[in-house]
Amino acid sequence: MSLDETLGLFEFLTDRQERIEELVRIARSYHPPDRPKPYPEENRVPGCESEAFVWITGNSEEVRLEVAIENPQGVSAMALAMILRGALDGRPPSEFAAIPDDLALRLFGTELSMGKSLGLGNMVAVVKARAARLA
Amino acid sequence: MDIQERGYARPEALVSTQWVSDHLDDPMVRIIESNEDPLLYASGHLPSAVEVDWTRDLNDPVVRDYLDREGFQRLASRIGITPETQVVFYGDRNNWWACYAFWVFQLFGHRNASVMDGGRLRWMNEGRPMATEVASFPATRYEAPVRDDQHERVFRDGVLRHLEDRGKLIDVRSPEEYSGERLHMPDFPNEGALRGGHIPTAKSVPWARAVNPQSGEFLTATELRAIYEEEAELSSTDDVVVYCRIGERSSHTWFVLKYLLGYDQVRNYDGSWTEWGNLVGSPIER
Repeated sequence: MSLDETLGLFEFLTDRQERIEELVRIARSYHPPDRPKPYPEENRVPGCESEAFVWITGNSEEVRLEVAIENPQGVSAMALAMILRGALDGRPPSEFAAIPDDLALRLFGTELSMGKSLGLGNMVAVVKARAARLA
Repeated sequence: MDIQERGYARPEALVSTQWVSDHLDDPMVRIIESNEDPLLYASGHLPSAVEVDWTRDLNDPVVRDYLDREGFQRLASRIGITPETQVVFYGDRNNWWACYAFWVFQLFGHRNASVMDGGRLRWMNEGRPMATEVASFPATRYEAPVRDDQHERVFRDGVLRHLEDRGKLIDVRSPEEYSGERLHMPDFPNEGALRGGHIPTAKSVPWARAVNPQSGEFLTATELRAIYEEEAELSSTDDVVVYCRIGERSSHTWFVLKYLLGYDQVRNYDGSWTEWGNLVGSPIER
């Protein structure tokens, strides 16, 4: 599902509980990337208490996106990782550049703590910044 | 080490995961999950646990304040408790948010309350059962007193008087926030306050020092005294104000000082640095 389609779905989910259940459903599909541990610190998302790691590889035509969430309680981070991966893995850098900066708030709502919203926002920022290097 | 052997002043304020496991179906006990991550409860929680969400349930949606008496009565009714019910809080992040909810419940005088030592992560690491269905209980009628903002809570004018009276202060934020090097937690953008530093005379004791990082359990009373009394120079007869950025991390330290070490006079300044660091003319030390 593209990011636009996902955001459209979440705009439709105005009930907080429905939104939470949909995000939990997405988070349950999370699986870690096939990469050796420990993951390199250079791939760590700064300020993300869910211990997220991001790898961006590929070229100017096709960007590969992998995300690992090491904290088993990082359910929100897992949901965001799967949404980003499902929408963008294999897509060109231009689509990464178009990720809305407020993606986390549009998906999770504005009732996130500052720490949580910044951690998720940092994941989006890292994905965008690293994909931009391939453009 | 068992909770009873750790030397706490009020050991009944802490219960073990085994105690909770033994009381999951006890009608006089209500297990309450309070998390930072709003998805955690829905992804799985202790069987029979209800959720109290810090934004939806505990905060006023408009004014920067907590729910009022009527709001608390509605919440208590929704989760099916009476003043006699023992409420047991647990959650993510070493019970940070569980202690916050515990503190708000104390503003309404619900004294029969405990925290599950080790929180959600310890329960999961022990391989104990989790449930996904939302627990519900018959609505109750709860007559709560008017919120008490005097004994467990302090406002900015009270903090200024506390300073004049040479009262003790504990800043539970990170050392970088305390020093004024940063206005928010490390790795997070600098935002939330116009000035950095700390309230004059406050001692720095980051909140998470009270917890064993491996097990998530609270430290023993001896270990806690070494931190708060030998290092931070508090004593149990002191009048103490604790603060952080918005009053949530400091509710964890409030719990430690009041219940585990037995301090009678501990108040949480929930305006905290987001208020103090933006106040025109407020005294600041770096």
